[in-house]
Amino acid sequence: MKKLIILGAGTSGTMMANHLQHHLKNSEWSIDIIDEREEHHYQPGYLFLPFDIYTPEDIIKNIKDFIPKGVNLIQGKIDKINHNENMISMADGSKNEYDILIIATGAKIAPEEVEGMKGSEWQKSVFDFYTFEGALALRNKLREWEGGRLLVHITEMPIKCPVAPLEFAFLADSFFNHKTMRDKVEITFVTPLSGAFTKPKATEALEHLLNEKDINIESDFAIESVDNENKKIIDYGGREIPFDLLVTIPTNKGDEVIARSGIGDELNFIPTDKATLQSKAQKNIFVIGDASNLPASKAGSVAHFEAEILTENILNFISGKPLNETFDGHANCFIETGNGKALLIDFNYTHEPVEGTFPFPGIGPLRLLKETRMNHMGKLAFRWIYWNMLLKGTHLPFVSSQMQESGKHFD
Amino acid sequence: MEKTIAGKAVAVNEEGYLTNFAQWEPRVGSEIAKEANIDLSPRHWEVINYLQGEFKNESPLSIRKIGKSGVVDIKEFYQLFPNAPLKTSSKIAGIPKPASCI
Repeated sequence: MKKLIILGAGTSGTMMANHLQHHLKNSEWSIDIIDEREEHHYQPGYLFLPFDIYTPEDIIKNIKDFIPKGVNLIQGKIDKINHNENMISMADGSKNEYDILIIATGAKIAPEEVEGMKGSEWQKSVFDFYTFEGALALRNKLREWEGGRLLVHITEMPIKCPVAPLEFAFLADSFFNHKTMRDKVEITFVTPLSGAFTKPKATEALEHLLNEKDINIESDFAIESVDNENKKIIDYGGREIPFDLLVTIPTNKGDEVIARSGIGDELNFIPTDKATLQSKAQKNIFVIGDASNLPASKAGSVAHFEAEILTENILNFISGKPLNETFDGHANCFIETGNGKALLIDFNYTHEPVEGTFPFPGIGPLRLLKETRMNHMGKLAFRWIYWNMLLKGTHLPFVSSQMQESGKHFD
Repeated sequence: MEKTIAGKAVAVNEEGYLTNFAQWEPRVGSEIAKEANIDLSPRHWEVINYLQGEFKNESPLSIRKIGKSGVVDIKEFYQLFPNAPLKTSSKIAGIPKPASCI
């Protein structure tokens, strides 16, 4: 009997468990999935929690409910991946050998990377919304906040869901409008990038929206520290921006187990072949989702497309065939823009987001890079799709793992 | 598009980054630096050589990575290439605008 181990039962790991349970013969392969957590969180929901759009019940379920029958869930803490010995050592001292390893340990915030960020004002006037606790604390703050200078801030790239900070700024504008206190709030978007987003066409569209919603933008800001006493953020060049409420996206890092195992880069992301998803460290180790160093967005949609290709490659690897070099960095993201509207972007390693129609060329019904109500409905429907289709590894109809060029308006 | 820098015709994009690293020469780098009001010292060149090495290894660059590289700390990086150091230094080094940004 051969053994395949998946580390992490989040979005990517759960999808892989479901895919492989279908494809691997259970007379030949046993599958273990290891995660210490009890709960599975719908992470895109963290964006909506601070604004009282979602409740905690909407976004938390039991991790066990999504692991298919026949896959063995081990709920324990991983100490180390001994990649030269094909063995996982657990914190309780037990050992678990594998023939194939899939690492899906994700990424998390590390506010301690910036001096003063997790200081005396943490969760008083300095908040994150990339954790459940952070999003909940921020919800409570926003319920009673009377206004002032709100900064929505990105510490450094890469981050999970790179559009989420912009969505937060847009939803904040909408939220304060509804509370009839928008005139009491000055919103500023602070980014280490030179513009609102990384790709030129999307940046143009998004900056237009920021402008329309009277949201200021401070670009090229590389934060050095948070001054808790005087409530300002300071960058390496000496620039200072004061705040009354700082909503920050701290540095994102891969899991500590990656550092302990000595297979990550300086941010604990794992060097991975960007087309096959095989790790650079060992041929029998594959990496999926936020844990890799791929130059693709760290997002659930990316993980979904990766999962389809990684499943093929695991089967190729087992039967000794060459791996498919087919992952193209495909990402598909809804961007909430407030007031019941959203944008949709669809892009990959080589093609930036442009205008067009999705998923049917020329028809839609979704419009790319345009603010519509239909896109917002798509975003809300996605929570249902996530729980009921995505995690189970069901192929989403009409949405291919590789990006389609037709229906898009490239120059 | 094509631009003549220090007497050499090089291909650049709209933002002025070289699109073909093979066309880069030290004098091209010095000229781009002058446009940004930077006089290249030996310290600048150490940083530029490091950036080019990382580029050749296809290793994505970020401010943090440079800070941890042992070549230069972030404070000095800002002193050497004020305002947007990673972008300015990448342009001088003839490598693409850092795409740590996805």
